[in-house]
Amino acid sequence: MAGIDPFGVYGKNESMAEPAIDIENLTKDYPYGFLQLKKRRSLESLTMQVQPGEVFGFLGPNGAGKSTTIKLLMRLVFPTAGSARILGKPISDIEMHRDIGYLPEQPYFYDYLTAAEVLDYFARFHDFAAAERRERVQRMLKKVGLESAGRIQLRKYSKGMLQRVGLAQAILHDPAVVVLDEPMSGLDPVGRREVRDIILELKKQGKTVLFSTHILSDAEMLCDRVGVIVGGRLQGVGAPSELVGLKAQGMEILFELPAGGESGDLWAQATRTGDRYRLQVEESGLYAAMQRLQAAGAKILSVTQVKPSLEEYFMHLVAADRAQAAAVEVRAK
Amino acid sequence: MTRVGTVAVNTFREALRDRVLYNLVFFALVMMAAAILVGQISVNIEQIVMITLGLSAISIIGLLISVFIGVGLVSKEIDKRTLYALLAKPLRRWEFILGKFAGLALTLTVNTAAMSAGLFLALFYVKHSIERADTVVLVAVYFILLKLALVVALAMLFSCFTTPLLAILFSAGIYIAGLFVHEMRNMQAGTIDPALGGFLRGISYVLPNFENFDVMGAVAHGRAIPGALIAQNTVYAALYCAIVLAVAMAIFSQRNLK
Repeated sequence: MAGIDPFGVYGKNESMAEPAIDIENLTKDYPYGFLQLKKRRSLESLTMQVQPGEVFGFLGPNGAGKSTTIKLLMRLVFPTAGSARILGKPISDIEMHRDIGYLPEQPYFYDYLTAAEVLDYFARFHDFAAAERRERVQRMLKKVGLESAGRIQLRKYSKGMLQRVGLAQAILHDPAVVVLDEPMSGLDPVGRREVRDIILELKKQGKTVLFSTHILSDAEMLCDRVGVIVGGRLQGVGAPSELVGLKAQGMEILFELPAGGESGDLWAQATRTGDRYRLQVEESGLYAAMQRLQAAGAKILSVTQVKPSLEEYFMHLVAADRAQAAAVEVRAK
Repeated sequence: MTRVGTVAVNTFREALRDRVLYNLVFFALVMMAAAILVGQISVNIEQIVMITLGLSAISIIGLLISVFIGVGLVSKEIDKRTLYALLAKPLRRWEFILGKFAGLALTLTVNTAAMSAGLFLALFYVKHSIERADTVVLVAVYFILLKLALVVALAMLFSCFTTPLLAILFSAGIYIAGLFVHEMRNMQAGTIDPALGGFLRGISYVLPNFENFDVMGAVAHGRAIPGALIAQNTVYAALYCAIVLAVAMAIFSQRNLK
């Protein structure tokens, strides 16, 4: 598994087999203005790889470039510069689409069709025979929990149900690579759990999954690696534990204070939960703090290293990017 | 071509479920009212009135469907983002455009065929017979279909690069201009600025010539349509559609779907 790569060659690992997704210097400018002559950079020289069988989370705030990257991979938009390959084939190769599944963000389908009809329609592009199409459609409807609603027109579906249809069409043809744009969006807790289970099942089957999200707990739970993109630039790639481990600092002491025990400045810094106290100290001050607690008669229950969550790491990157953007704006003025 | 056919069949199904063919009810009402009225007031001109009215209704209804649905074929898919999941399948963009065109052409064919049947029923009602000579009406219907195919192709072309409203305006504008191609070419010298005359003549060769498809007057009077004109219009419409669709495909193949 690739580690953190803070020096610019994000996600590169030459020793591995051919990556499932290989992105090289992908850049996208969108024209804007009345004459469309001005250009806004949405994605800046993105280079990263997703290995076969890996679940890769693409994290970033709204407008960071996650969906742009995915749309570039799906050829819904075209790159200003750079290239990408999926399963060794350039993304311009239409045959590549036989082996990939894609769930668009906030998917919407033909609302005059039923879920079964829309899945059958999509299955036709993969040249399945009629009997196989019917079997696959029924299997997918069951998998995403829409078996009983398969004959209802999609115009009567809720957002969450449409998301399930989207997921079903993405994996209908048993693709080797599945790209999901905000798959948990619009789902209730039960739906989110089901999508998580499907992603884990895909991983068990050896599929490669790339999904974008801003729900960090999902990424932490599901991903072998995550890439954090902010302001169109990839800021870090690595396993969630490695990314947050970079900034690990401090120790937490969990202890109980006997009745009539001493009080003092150390207790004032601690957080009380029932009979227990939690105290955070610098790693260098751990020994001294423990000595003081023991001298005061405290019963030390555990000592653990404090690591920031993926959310804190994420927020740190976002804040840094905004500060940099503000500095550039000030200089420009 | 299977993929083109799949898109075409779905486009046809969309038209059916969106109740596009409900216009046939309107057409039927017009034909019934006309037949009853003509039966009461006309003196030996029943055939002319019925054929002119019927063909005009077929043409106008077809044009409305061609422009409004033709423009929506691509733009609605982009606006509603139904296209995103579709283009991630092994489907080329040009196949999508061709399939959409074929689907609406099929819808128009079914619609026009049903209206033609209604026209013949109305004719039978007022004449109490259908003669062999009346089948010339079918040639006029065929020309209307060719014209509609051209309009659909134009509507799709405009919707590939502009907003739906502008695409409707451009399509309607080109159609109207295409009805005056001969006038543009035959402007009398001295009645117009020579530069403008030259410009209009040049434009007239680029615009689709919709005048050639109008044989309503001849058909209403029972005159036969020369085979050469049928062949010429068929080739002209096929070539013009192919060129317009090729441009639409080229534009759509490069379009960013934001």
